[in-house]
Amino acid sequence: MKLRDFVCFEATITELQASDRDGAIAELVSAVDKTGRLGKGKCEEITREVIKREKEASTGLGRGVAVPHVKHKAVKDVIAVIGQNGAGIDFLALDKQPVYSVILIISPADEPDKHLQAMESVFKHLQQDRFRKFLRQCRTPEQIEDLLNEADENPSW
Amino acid sequence: MTIGWRNAIVEMQADEDTLENVVYEAELEIKNAEGLHMRPAMKFVEIANRFDSEINVSNGDTDVDGKSIMNISMLAATCGTKLKIRAKGPDAQEAINALRELVEEKHFDEPTPK
Repeated sequence: MKLRDFVCFEATITELQASDRDGAIAELVSAVDKTGRLGKGKCEEITREVIKREKEASTGLGRGVAVPHVKHKAVKDVIAVIGQNGAGIDFLALDKQPVYSVILIISPADEPDKHLQAMESVFKHLQQDRFRKFLRQCRTPEQIEDLLNEADENPSW
Repeated sequence: MTIGWRNAIVEMQADEDTLENVVYEAELEIKNAEGLHMRPAMKFVEIANRFDSEINVSNGDTDVDGKSIMNISMLAATCGTKLKIRAKGPDAQEAINALRELVEEKHFDEPTPK
């Protein structure tokens, strides 16, 4: 699966207002909701569930990135959205360091394989130092889209 | 004679190296319905990190570090996937046994397919 197959570029937020985990999650889910892809009245419920999942175990896996996620019947396909905060977000990351790039993923409730494929695609790139650095440097949604397209075309990154 | 004695020393060192770098391999099947998503992946990495041995995991296409959560998340191991686990080091056998128990016996304490 390629990143552009499931990343919703219209919803990218290059400067998240929130500097805390729950606020950042709420902004990102709301941005996806505004594109009309979540179904009516699902925004708050999904936000709550992502936060609940996050409280079980942080998806801030270290190195300045976090991948909060949830499986929810409101979506038929995996949807991801990217948010950045140059000053850093307190995401209660495993390495206790601030998070600069958040990739939030909403997966269908009954298609675990699709979820795994999306995760594979995200982590294949996120574990590359260069990709994380470039992502953090992006200042506009267009730059993020360009970077992800480039990453899709260069699997060896 | 002198040469023979030196050879013997070299062989002994080689044997000691071999003892410390025992390699054990196992093929483990993912049995929980949701596959190796992040929570099970974290359990896997947590157990792998209890051991001194190097641990590698392969799905046939990708070979990754079994102690890194980002690496393990790259495997996209769905239910039914067979992963090849390789442990190398002084506690390689114990590591393989512990991982086998987690993956195949406990299936990460998650439900198997209905």
